[in-house]
Amino acid sequence: MIWIAIRMLTGDAQKFYGLVFGIAFSTLLITQQLTIFVNLIERGASGTYNVSSADVWVMDPVSRTTDVNFPMPSTALDKVRGVTGVEWAVPHLRAGASVRTSEGDLEGVSVIGVDDATLIGLPKRMTVGSPDVLSQPDSVIIDDVGLTRMFEDGRSPIGERLELNDQRAVIRGVADAIPSFTSQVTLYTKYSQALRYVPGTRNRLSFVLVGAEHGVSPEELTRRIEEQTGLRARTRDEFAQDGVDFIIQNTGIPLNFGITVLLGFIVGVAIVGLTFSLFIRDNIKQFGALKAIGVTNGKIRKMVAAQAGLVGLIGYGLGVLGTVFFIWGFSGNPTFKGFYIPWQIPLISMAAVFVILALTGWLALRNVLKTEPASVFR
Amino acid sequence: MAETDIQAATTAKAAICSRGVTRDFKAGQQTITVLHGIDVDIRAGELTYVVGESGSGKTTLISIMCGILWPTEGEVKVFGTDIYDLSDTELVEFRLNNIGFIFQQYNLIPSIDAANNAAVPLIAQGMDRLEAREKAVAMLEKLNIGNQAGKLPSQLSGGQQQRVAIARALVHEPRLVVCDEPTAALDAASGRRVMDLLREVAVAEDRACIIVTHDNRVFDLADRILVLEDGRITHDGSEMPEGH
Ligand SMILES: Nc1ncnc2c1ncn2[C@@H]1O[C@H](COP(=O)(O)OP(=O)(O)OP(=O)(O)O)[C@@H](O)[C@H]1O
Ligand SMILES: [Mg+2]
Repeated sequence: MIWIAIRMLTGDAQKFYGLVFGIAFSTLLITQQLTIFVNLIERGASGTYNVSSADVWVMDPVSRTTDVNFPMPSTALDKVRGVTGVEWAVPHLRAGASVRTSEGDLEGVSVIGVDDATLIGLPKRMTVGSPDVLSQPDSVIIDDVGLTRMFEDGRSPIGERLELNDQRAVIRGVADAIPSFTSQVTLYTKYSQALRYVPGTRNRLSFVLVGAEHGVSPEELTRRIEEQTGLRARTRDEFAQDGVDFIIQNTGIPLNFGITVLLGFIVGVAIVGLTFSLFIRDNIKQFGALKAIGVTNGKIRKMVAAQAGLVGLIGYGLGVLGTVFFIWGFSGNPTFKGFYIPWQIPLISMAAVFVILALTGWLALRNVLKTEPASVFR
Repeated sequence: MAETDIQAATTAKAAICSRGVTRDFKAGQQTITVLHGIDVDIRAGELTYVVGESGSGKTTLISIMCGILWPTEGEVKVFGTDIYDLSDTELVEFRLNNIGFIFQQYNLIPSIDAANNAAVPLIAQGMDRLEAREKAVAMLEKLNIGNQAGKLPSQLSGGQQQRVAIARALVHEPRLVVCDEPTAALDAASGRRVMDLLREVAVAEDRACIIVTHDNRVFDLADRILVLEDGRITHDGSEMPEGH
């Protein structure tokens, strides 16, 4: 009977493709939008991810994220170093600045000052040059997103002179970094140099980055640091989550994407529901005849489930494939740099497809199951 | 010899016992009664015709007798089973194993070929599809359209489609075969051939066949003729009554 069900479905090519398209479109919309959403809000954690060697971030109690921070007095560094279980602790500066290129364009940038001695605070990989370039005078390293933003024509940035808050800066390397949520241009420089670039009061230490001694868990260490210094300490994972939460709470992004995902679902229910019930209605006489001949309601349900299953499988596959192609096609674009499809998302859209088909199949079937067999012979 | 034994013997011979069968239809506010308490036994081993004017209730009666339309009142026993006392699923399975029917609407499945359409009851019974198809082709050959077995219903003429429907009704060798106007779309020779085949397949010691027909060309083939007028049986005999 399943064979007959499948032939009934594919025999009507127009409706079959309509159904597959509806499911594929819904899947694409849901999967693609959820993927962008998750990757976008994860950008809130990029500042933390870019400094993978720090186990613990220490900050002023009012600081919230890598970008929303309140500077501490430089004595904080020594206080943290005094806590047992701290293997190493280095200063880290993050501040906004404006930069003028030699062409005279103005750009808002974020300046990150990394530890002079260890260079902890730099992203792990460089695309051009090596971290050592920072020991040359006035050196800065630009991140690759900033590179495409400021040097659209593709010319080499190496040796380019910038005016950074009225100070001279020379680009001597390019870092391979995860872009920030706003895709702002980021310039890395030594901490001592950063203090010169970023004007300000006595307090300019944004964070103290800490490595835990072997055998001390980051959670335990944050507890000790908070107790002994009165500062706020977060493990890397906690602080990454703080960045994500900040974006969720302070932007309209979850709502907007939520609406699009819901639209995808509704469009799916509408297209698939309409086509599926049209298909069933067109075949109601055949289903009725099958019932009269001796096919039980249970078997008819299975037939419709097989039809829905086939449409769902093909449509879902195409939709997910479409998302993969989308992400892959845009992977060269810095806005989408590092985007991936978390494994939960295809499962979510699969569940959505299942609900769409179960719902519309059930609605369409009700008529079939209710018909008195004799009525189809009149 | 007890009277009940004799009764049991007669009911065993009766393929269908219809007792007090009434059927109402709602037409807007009104309720029209189409059948008025039909009491009749259809005997096994006979070819029974139901004739009557259009609207007299023929289709309604045989639909009730083959278990696809519920009577408003009364009971129907088919080979001793009170079919409207069965659960829905039991009734569906009873039809699958015991009843074949050919209605004026064939409702063939458009996307599968003639042989597969004719094989549907066997497939529904769980037979392997290719084996079922083979049996269906053999049945189509008996009906003289074996060479059309691979065609889709839309590629067949009305009469050929009807023969596919007939093959579908007979392929699983049901004990009761019910036909509504099986010869209406056929020329005289094909009509007689269909009737002969129905007699051959559907009429036996333990089988029965009921046919609704207007076709006076085949009246002579009947063992028994029931005339229905306004929902009542007004004649029951081996010949058509005078004046028809
Ligand atoms: N489902 C229904 N709803 C309402 N009225 C019905 C229904 N089925 C049958 N009727 C009515 O019952 C009466 C008998 O119908 P039936 O189809 O049994 O007649 P028939 O003898 O088979 O006629 P014909 O020779 O034209 O096929 C008709 O008046 C018809 O309008
Ligand atoms: Mg009729």
